[in-house]
Amino acid sequence: MALLEIRNVTKQFGNFIAVDNVSIEIRAGEFFTLLGPSGCGKTTLLRMIAGFDAPDGGQILLDGEDIVAFPPEKRPFHTVFQSYALFPHMTVADNIGFPLKMSGKAREEIKTRVAETLEEVELSQFADRYPHELSGGQKQRVAFARGLINQPRLLLLDEPLGALDEKLRENMQRELINLQAEAGVTFIYVTHAQNEALALSHRIAVMNQGRIEQIDEPSRIYNFPVNRFVADFIGKINMLNAWVTEVSPVHLKLKVEGLGEVAVPAKDRIKVNDHGVFAVRPEQVRIVPLTTAIHTEFQLNGKIKDFLYIGDVTTYIIELSNSTQIEALLPNSVPGHTKPFEVGDTVAVSWQEQSAQFFPD
Amino acid sequence: MIKIPHRQTVLWIASILVYAFLYIPLIIIVVFSFNDSKLNAEWVGFTLHWYKALLNNHEMLLAARNSLIIAISASFLATTLGTMAGLAIHRYKLKVLPILAFTPVAMPEILLGVSLLLFFLQVLNLTLGMLSIIIAHTTFCIGFVAIIVRARLQGMDESIFEAARDLGATPWQTFHQITLPLIRPAIIAGALMSFTLSIDDFVITFFTKGVGEPILPIQIYTMIKVAVTPEVNAISTLLMLLTLTLIIIATRFDTSMLRGESK
Repeated sequence: MALLEIRNVTKQFGNFIAVDNVSIEIRAGEFFTLLGPSGCGKTTLLRMIAGFDAPDGGQILLDGEDIVAFPPEKRPFHTVFQSYALFPHMTVADNIGFPLKMSGKAREEIKTRVAETLEEVELSQFADRYPHELSGGQKQRVAFARGLINQPRLLLLDEPLGALDEKLRENMQRELINLQAEAGVTFIYVTHAQNEALALSHRIAVMNQGRIEQIDEPSRIYNFPVNRFVADFIGKINMLNAWVTEVSPVHLKLKVEGLGEVAVPAKDRIKVNDHGVFAVRPEQVRIVPLTTAIHTEFQLNGKIKDFLYIGDVTTYIIELSNSTQIEALLPNSVPGHTKPFEVGDTVAVSWQEQSAQFFPD
Repeated sequence: MIKIPHRQTVLWIASILVYAFLYIPLIIIVVFSFNDSKLNAEWVGFTLHWYKALLNNHEMLLAARNSLIIAISASFLATTLGTMAGLAIHRYKLKVLPILAFTPVAMPEILLGVSLLLFFLQVLNLTLGMLSIIIAHTTFCIGFVAIIVRARLQGMDESIFEAARDLGATPWQTFHQITLPLIRPAIIAGALMSFTLSIDDFVITFFTKGVGEPILPIQIYTMIKVAVTPEVNAISTLLMLLTLTLIIIATRFDTSMLRGESK
């Protein structure tokens, strides 16, 4: 049985439907991420799990018991807020000890457990400091320690890395994975950063306009997005307007607008003449000089228009013969400086059939 | 000597003039309260005579005692009710609530005085006296406390209160452990502000006092109807000292409030 089951949950603010009939099952021990653009309903959903907002319809079941009527303090969940929400008038030790104090633990026990926790998060020397005397990273560790000290059934995290700078964020991502594994607590993590979601999660629910678009493991979400929104939101993807010319059990034949015919793996519920996009990720695109081009059917001719050198990789922007553009991502794995293509070079781009997809409109 | 650039010189002169305009009349009263002359005309010599005379003026001492009782009672009541109003205004985002609470602050005092007088006499059928003055002062102080408490709440991260509930605190525990300590500076500032407003209020007191007990500001006014004696200067100086002290304490709490820190 799922640890937490969200069943047909709906939430409306005035005429705006924030969460629209969402159902999710979260397993014990999982690092589960709600991912989507701002306003997609992910934070509202998290707030309903925490008990800050009541759903207009549906159920939230913990171990099979509906907890919708429970106030936040009666739910065995803790939240790590984006702002950390540390109590400004309490020391670090009092902040971390707060959940223990509220659950009526003896003063001595609180003292020992707070001391242990401070030791674990390496904040012992900050025990008597106030939150405004801490750095962003330290505040965050206090927030995590406070959220986990009472061993909640679920830790809810609302974009907790949002306020940190990039370098610190990467370190914290690794720390978070370790923390979750060590604590053995189920995490529900809310973020709009797709790379963060991919790096951290066991499973991701991609949300858009209050609905769930796809729930799956990160690699499956990335490689097999169910629709155009997911494909576009997670990672980068080239999209060219196309329509279906032939349907077979193995593949679909597409006509790319202004260009030639290509083939993609077969897909359910697609008919001839369906319009949509032909999509392929930049790192799946190969660039070959036109002179050495092997003639396969999945090949388009074009010209190098521009490139973005980022260090580890270079993105080439290729203008195709119908003047649409396609991006190709090439790793700079050859030692020393090499630049295989120059702006203006006439090239061909190709890809493997399995790496391309068709998304109907 | 610090060198001040030209542009700042102008600013300095302007601010000195403003402060002179504000404080010279007050300084004159203080100076003449120590003047060994019955006339507020020229400096004769230093004396504490007028302060001694004040101590023997039973009417004045009674007025001071009454005013203190009123100010303490009214500021206590206004702080309690005003804090509750401030919390309610912050919690329930109804536009009409702040208007209702803050109107008495902006209302002309004379209007408030007349309406309270009519209310006491014709609706409550109350004999005017200490009680009516306390109620009247409480009325116009509530708004000030509510404004200060609400400002403090507005500057705070809303998720702090949610975090408390989330970590197992009941609504009452959240109020007691989190909300109250965090707004305490605002409550103290509001109480001190109410006290200073109450102790020197003239207009509303004048309308609601009836004929009984002497009240300090009214007593001072009665005295100067005869002549501005140095005794009036002395009592004014003492009142000024009290108010100034309280205002300084209140702004101490106020600045810590502006920084959003509290300890």
